[in-house]
Amino acid sequence: MSILGTRVVRTEDPRLLTAGGTYVDDLRIPELADAARVTFVRSPMAHAKITGMDTDAARQAPGVLAVLTVQDMDDLVPPPPPEPGSEVSEGAPMPIGGVWSEPLLAVDRVRYVGEAVAMVITSDSYQGEDAAELVSVDYEPLPAVIGVAGALQTGTLLFDTTDSNVPVSSGDDADDAIFEGCDAVVERTIVNQRLAPMPMEGRAAAARFADGKLTYWASTQNAQISRFILAGALGMDPASIRVITPDVGGGFGAKVGIDREAILVAWAARKTGRALRWVETRSENLVGMTHGRAQEQTIKLGGTSDGRILAYRLDVVQDTGAYPRMSGFLPFLTKLMAVGPYDIPRVQTHSRVVVTNTTPISAYRGAGRPEATAAIERAIDLFATEIGVDPGEVRRKNLIPPDKFPYSTPTGATYDTGDYVTALNKALDAAGYDELRAEQRSRRERGDVLQLGIGLASYVEITAADAAAGETARLTVHGDGTATVYTGSSAHGQGHHTAWAMLVESELGIPMANVTVIHGDTDLIPEGIGTYGSRSLQLGGVAVHKAALDVKEQARRVAADMLEAAEADLELDAGSGTWQVRGDPGTGRSWADVATHAGTDGLVAYVQYAGGGATFPFGSHVAVVEIDTETGKVRLIRHVTVDDAGTVVNPVLAEGQRHGGIAQGVAQALLEEMIYDADGNPLTGTLADYAAITAAELPSFELVQSETPTDINPLGVKGIGEAGTIGATPAVQNAVVDAVSHLGVRHIDMPTTPVRVWSAIEEGVRERDKEQNGEAR
Amino acid sequence: MKVTIKVNGNQVAGEVADRTLLVHFLRDVANLTATNVGCDSTSCGACTVLMKGAGEAGGGKSVKSCTVLAAQADGCDVTTVEGLADESGEMHPVQAAFHAEHGLQCGFCTPGMVMASVSLLAENPSPTEEEVRTALEGNLCRCTGYHNIVRAVLAAAPAIERRSA
Repeated sequence: MSILGTRVVRTEDPRLLTAGGTYVDDLRIPELADAARVTFVRSPMAHAKITGMDTDAARQAPGVLAVLTVQDMDDLVPPPPPEPGSEVSEGAPMPIGGVWSEPLLAVDRVRYVGEAVAMVITSDSYQGEDAAELVSVDYEPLPAVIGVAGALQTGTLLFDTTDSNVPVSSGDDADDAIFEGCDAVVERTIVNQRLAPMPMEGRAAAARFADGKLTYWASTQNAQISRFILAGALGMDPASIRVITPDVGGGFGAKVGIDREAILVAWAARKTGRALRWVETRSENLVGMTHGRAQEQTIKLGGTSDGRILAYRLDVVQDTGAYPRMSGFLPFLTKLMAVGPYDIPRVQTHSRVVVTNTTPISAYRGAGRPEATAAIERAIDLFATEIGVDPGEVRRKNLIPPDKFPYSTPTGATYDTGDYVTALNKALDAAGYDELRAEQRSRRERGDVLQLGIGLASYVEITAADAAAGETARLTVHGDGTATVYTGSSAHGQGHHTAWAMLVESELGIPMANVTVIHGDTDLIPEGIGTYGSRSLQLGGVAVHKAALDVKEQARRVAADMLEAAEADLELDAGSGTWQVRGDPGTGRSWADVATHAGTDGLVAYVQYAGGGATFPFGSHVAVVEIDTETGKVRLIRHVTVDDAGTVVNPVLAEGQRHGGIAQGVAQALLEEMIYDADGNPLTGTLADYAAITAAELPSFELVQSETPTDINPLGVKGIGEAGTIGATPAVQNAVVDAVSHLGVRHIDMPTTPVRVWSAIEEGVRERDKEQNGEAR
Repeated sequence: MKVTIKVNGNQVAGEVADRTLLVHFLRDVANLTATNVGCDSTSCGACTVLMKGAGEAGGGKSVKSCTVLAAQADGCDVTTVEGLADESGEMHPVQAAFHAEHGLQCGFCTPGMVMASVSLLAENPSPTEEEVRTALEGNLCRCTGYHNIVRAVLAAAPAIERRSA
């Protein structure tokens, strides 16, 4: 029996559990033995001109080796000016550049609190924090542009040579004709709030420049992309840069590539000739690492009175923070996935990207897709309430039926495989939906203080959206019968090493314990992409699988030669990893025998696998909340999910991905938000203020298994990394609204904090009473 | 100032600045880097270790080592995750349970989470799920959604009882 699909605990764990990981700050290696510390001086102002800077006091402070400012950056090649007429594609997650360019260090203006303005290099980090305080910067404050409304209405521009705060605007013009023939139409503007990705390890990098070669250690999801970024920024040949990713303490999209500070660490190492290390504090992380989400959405949905949806319009305004690092990519994905799993005949989407004096926005677990799902799932619940039909029934009536795949959406996506109705039914059955509704009715009739809310969300998402970029794998079987896998994918908690070893064992019969997996070193693995967008297994994993098949065929030839038999007569017993002539166990040859016979590097396969296209995982979540109607306090008491990401290689890992995503999704619905005041001061800039979700605020999750293989790749696998955040957030938000819908509440923006829920109840009851009084008159 | 702390059974002495935090003493003087710093507001618990005064009974109480000065720990016994396994290298039941139940992913919160769990089970040998969740409220994990951490702690409880029986 193949090991694939079985519950295998991780090979990574014993080291992490007994010695701890080796993150950038833990590296105790000769190359970094004398590494000095980098501390950034950051803007305390949201928007200001820099009129002067005095670094003298800092330079005199104990332990200070150097203070570097933008004036010192005379050795950098300026980025090439944008070509005339060239426009950045909104489908490419690249900075817009040109007039919207972001400097490495602020030049004469700061545009968000936390923007780096200078760097201090000291012997130790305590000295660095002291000396950074001594750098005196003169700021001339400018009005801060905060929030979508602020960006659109203000007379203040972030970039003087532009005429608006809107770098990107695209999509369909609004035309209400699509809603003709609808019995009911609902419309509302809702907020998908700004979140901090908050990996437990913040950003960190170390660099050593010696003999014309840069060695660079980074907490990143992509060693090879980081090398590409460094080569461009520093004007270096990529071949003279080695990027190593030691253990990485979570990324969630915010560690794709490397940030400006991390580039500056490499630059400063070259500039000063010192090995350097930078490890940000959590307070820096919460304002310096990119944030996620931050969309304002106007949703409009119409259909028949029996629940058939006829038309949907989604208008997105993406707050991109101070610099459009991702161009229009996030709203592009939101628009692409706007209709979700529903068969809706008429659809319009539009988006604008606005700049504000806040931390730049980038990918965060789901990156554009949770926003799409939150919008359509809220719209459907509003519609269901409007027509008085059960939200489960409305969904069932509009889900794309299984016989319509592959299904092309009006927004341009082609869904590969799915059975959306079954996923919904399974989730509702597992939750005991009818019993829950009965319990809800009882509580309503009794007028209980604790009311029950049941929230549904059905979703489809896109994974490996950039499948064409592919992924690499190199597999070698050594003379001792062990194997080494070099992968372009990049692990930061997902369990790549376990999964890749399983793929090798499954195909070759080499036990997992004898398979070493190596990732994240550009000297060993020059070509690769890394990990984001739930791409690893379906690209990097498939590359390993194909490399194993290749090695197997090589070994067959070698074994045939050894046994003087025809290749066609050779068979591999994948259970024991033994080659033999078919039907003659006496001829058995081990992998060690075959590899030894093949000679050094005799059994090596290198695969650059570019997938057949994106895949579309799907599922349904059911959340059950209890709300104290006197205080507005919400408690999630159950969360049931069906998350179908095709064939599962290791249920332990897949469930772990779902658990983590669900928790982050619940956190968005209930607790987390990066908040700025009107002057652009972050009010949630430490973990004492940012409401990161804890164990005490969550129940155990109820996961229902479902596997619908894709035909896009030979393993039948899709991505599972982001399903949790995509499904959980709207399910929980819908549950909160559902709990108090009988009190006249139709919507509560996220996070659904007690004060918001309590206020919504008050307002709902007031409005309902007003209506009833009006009717009575 | 000179600080001497017994870390995982070994006396470690170092000349450190007065303001040196226990976590930095552990990482930079004792050279034990498993204990991580995850925040600067005593919120995340990644730096949790066990500490007890010299001569005190038991395994010590959990403290967030980012909020204890090395000077305060002078003369104390401190246990980090590196000191949990027994002499033969066999993992502590809590470590073993985290492994068996997939209670960790990126591993950054893990040393602190394991130490907080050890402390919890010393105080409450057979906790309910809700008690585990409440007790771990001061330890943040961003990867696991806590689901398998809670399962691991619940699974470790009887294993510890068996071991000490």
